[in-house]
Amino acid sequence: MQTFQLEEHNSMTLFIALNMIRETQDASLQFDFCCRAGICGSCGMVINGRPGLACHTQTRDLPNHITLHPLPVFKLLGDLSVDTGTWFRNVGTKIESWIHTTKEFDPTAQEDRMSNELATQIFELDRCIECGCCVAACGTARMREDFIGATAINRMARFISTRATTAPRPITMN
Amino acid sequence: MRVFESDVLCIGAGLAGERVAVEAAQAGFSVICLSLVPPKRSHSSAAMGGMQAALGNSIMGEGDCPEVHFTDTVKGSDWGCDQEVARLFAETGPIAMREMAWMGVPWSRVVPGEHTYYKGGKPFQATEKSENEGLIHSRAFGGTAKWRTCYTSDGTGHAVLFTLDNRLLQLGVDVHDRMQAEALIHDGQRCMGCVARDLRTGELVGYFAKATLIATGGYGRIYRATTNAIICDGGGQITAIETGVVPLGNMEAVQFHPTGTVPTDILVTEGCRGDGGTLLDVNEYRFMPEYEPEKAELASRDVVSRRMTEHMRKGFGVPSPYGEHLWLDIRHLGEKHITTNLREVYDISTHFLGVNPIRQLIPVRPTQHYSMGGVRINKDGHAYGLQGLFAAGEAACWDMHGFNRLGGNSLAETIVSGRIVGAKLVEFLQGYETVFSTQSMKDAALTVKGRIAALLRGTGDDCYTLRNAMQDTMMEHVGIFRNGKDLEAGVAKLQELLERSKNMRLASGNIPGPNGELSMALRVPGMLKLALCTAYGALMRTESRGAHAREDYPERNDQQWLNRTLAYWKEGDTLPTLKYEPATPFYILPPGDRGYGGGKIITADISSEKNSALRTTGVRRATWDAI
Repeated sequence: MQTFQLEEHNSMTLFIALNMIRETQDASLQFDFCCRAGICGSCGMVINGRPGLACHTQTRDLPNHITLHPLPVFKLLGDLSVDTGTWFRNVGTKIESWIHTTKEFDPTAQEDRMSNELATQIFELDRCIECGCCVAACGTARMREDFIGATAINRMARFISTRATTAPRPITMN
Repeated sequence: MRVFESDVLCIGAGLAGERVAVEAAQAGFSVICLSLVPPKRSHSSAAMGGMQAALGNSIMGEGDCPEVHFTDTVKGSDWGCDQEVARLFAETGPIAMREMAWMGVPWSRVVPGEHTYYKGGKPFQATEKSENEGLIHSRAFGGTAKWRTCYTSDGTGHAVLFTLDNRLLQLGVDVHDRMQAEALIHDGQRCMGCVARDLRTGELVGYFAKATLIATGGYGRIYRATTNAIICDGGGQITAIETGVVPLGNMEAVQFHPTGTVPTDILVTEGCRGDGGTLLDVNEYRFMPEYEPEKAELASRDVVSRRMTEHMRKGFGVPSPYGEHLWLDIRHLGEKHITTNLREVYDISTHFLGVNPIRQLIPVRPTQHYSMGGVRINKDGHAYGLQGLFAAGEAACWDMHGFNRLGGNSLAETIVSGRIVGAKLVEFLQGYETVFSTQSMKDAALTVKGRIAALLRGTGDDCYTLRNAMQDTMMEHVGIFRNGKDLEAGVAKLQELLERSKNMRLASGNIPGPNGELSMALRVPGMLKLALCTAYGALMRTESRGAHAREDYPERNDQQWLNRTLAYWKEGDTLPTLKYEPATPFYILPPGDRGYGGGKIITADISSEKNSALRTTGVRRATWDAI
């Protein structure tokens, strides 16, 4: 367990704090930030016991003593960096996370119609950014290596709802 | 060193990179995608707005067609774009959007009946036709003639990127994430792949490929204040220019946005000012009416950015550990308005800045946003200078954006150019065989090892110091409004930094494994070269066009500057070598007035033998239908 001391500034987030530590105190510190705007899902970590996105976690909302751990369940790469990419690719392949259709694309034809209500519904289910926080917090995922986790179940719901593109009919799982 | 071999190597797996990968995989070729991060985390995922395409399904898009989209794009580019490419883009747009719908993108759709829409902040009623129910809808964006921006609620980039990545899973494409491309493998004639560094282990890995694609996005990270993600450091462009034979196009064409927030540089919408928000300085004084008596905060983006910069230079900026900034005040708009119409602004301010805009001021400053320039490719996506090298998306200069890109057009470019370049790459590969040179791979690997060895021996500045100095120099000297004196000083400073980078030292010492500091240190010299291409290109272009604005040369000079800058870097040089080519092979839309942004034009008779930029190539007029 490494300990660092930092002076807090206004509007300091963990993104700013960790980069300051790396640039002024310990250049070997490993962590993953990418968009730093809460949208790419790279910076999931355990912050004082709870998984969350570090980039939009402000230090002023935390006590003076902040403990950071890498997300459990995912393979540890070093310090606060874990391999979520491989995990999500594996589970995505397992649940066949793509549109299943035999229909070929016709570049000369107009698009198939869809109700805006359904499109919005699908998008709401598509919002997940695969940050891994829910998987890391999940007791079952920690105990069972074969558990696909909440993200995959959500993703399956997203693809199932796509099937309802024509007149209402019972939705079945393949 | 581990070596992989494939038909196609995509360096970068965002929207453009993955769209090309999908095209190649669908055609049965083996594809490997390299990415700094898991592909779904690419910066494409942050794009919210939408993709422009002339579908004409919505009532406000009625009568839209590719020719109108083409016209908007050419005007937007301030006539700097390649009109053949712009036309190709506009025509392919609708097909590409429909194809994405087939792949699963949940585009927002037309709902028939009366709706309340907004124009210039004012609501109005419009009726969507019932015969268009369920077709792909479109919203307004960036002052276009018709509303044609296709979108999925508020997360278009995310929706399309995830759809493409899912398709990549389906097609079984190999994705190697946490890989940083360090050098292209080439022999001066052909590109044969790249040598990359594995960010899990620190090892070098070789990739042989018949066709290599650069799709690494923009290079905003050469600036201190940028909306770009951390990974947008121009990695692909660096490998291209360091070959010595591949040029970068129009690097001086950089787009800024007036209100990026501080410290995270997340954009705050223009709607704040549109709804009545004001800009204040360190004394909480509203300064804009002093500079722009008529329009104040509602002057054009370029003008607002300029005035903000001017005012801070005079010493009225608010000091902060994150650099100087100004204040955006929306308190007087009231709680109800802020938490509904400006909800996004409220969320950004509270989540990232710890600022409650109902009671507090929002720190803002002009922020770099988009790179029009990049690896110069022809209309088919082939990079100039090396056979077997391609580029697509923001990393490329195709050139549909010229000197200013329209909102919604860059997102559309990713999948439209991805589709077109992907098809041409597939065509290139049909029946193509080549020889992979172990000597060339060895040379590339030795180059990278040499750099690492130099860093371990170095005794000078650490990479963060040099990077910060570069970023500050770019903000100060190569910003929104430029002039000869500042540009010269900027170029000199960057040259000094490049020299100092030769003796760069690793503060963390020789730590085995990934070593984040080493990753950054390996990038810095290349970023300095991109910065010099940008600064020097800006210095040499003695006119104003689109986003490139010179205070000392305020006119758009069609007589001498209807061309595109090509920046080459010869090994050992301290400055790029600049060449120029005509902006476009022909004019469907002859140069004219954009109708916004102001400014005077020195006109050119494009058929005139006397026009120096056009003389040697016989650039001609053309009509839409004749092409």
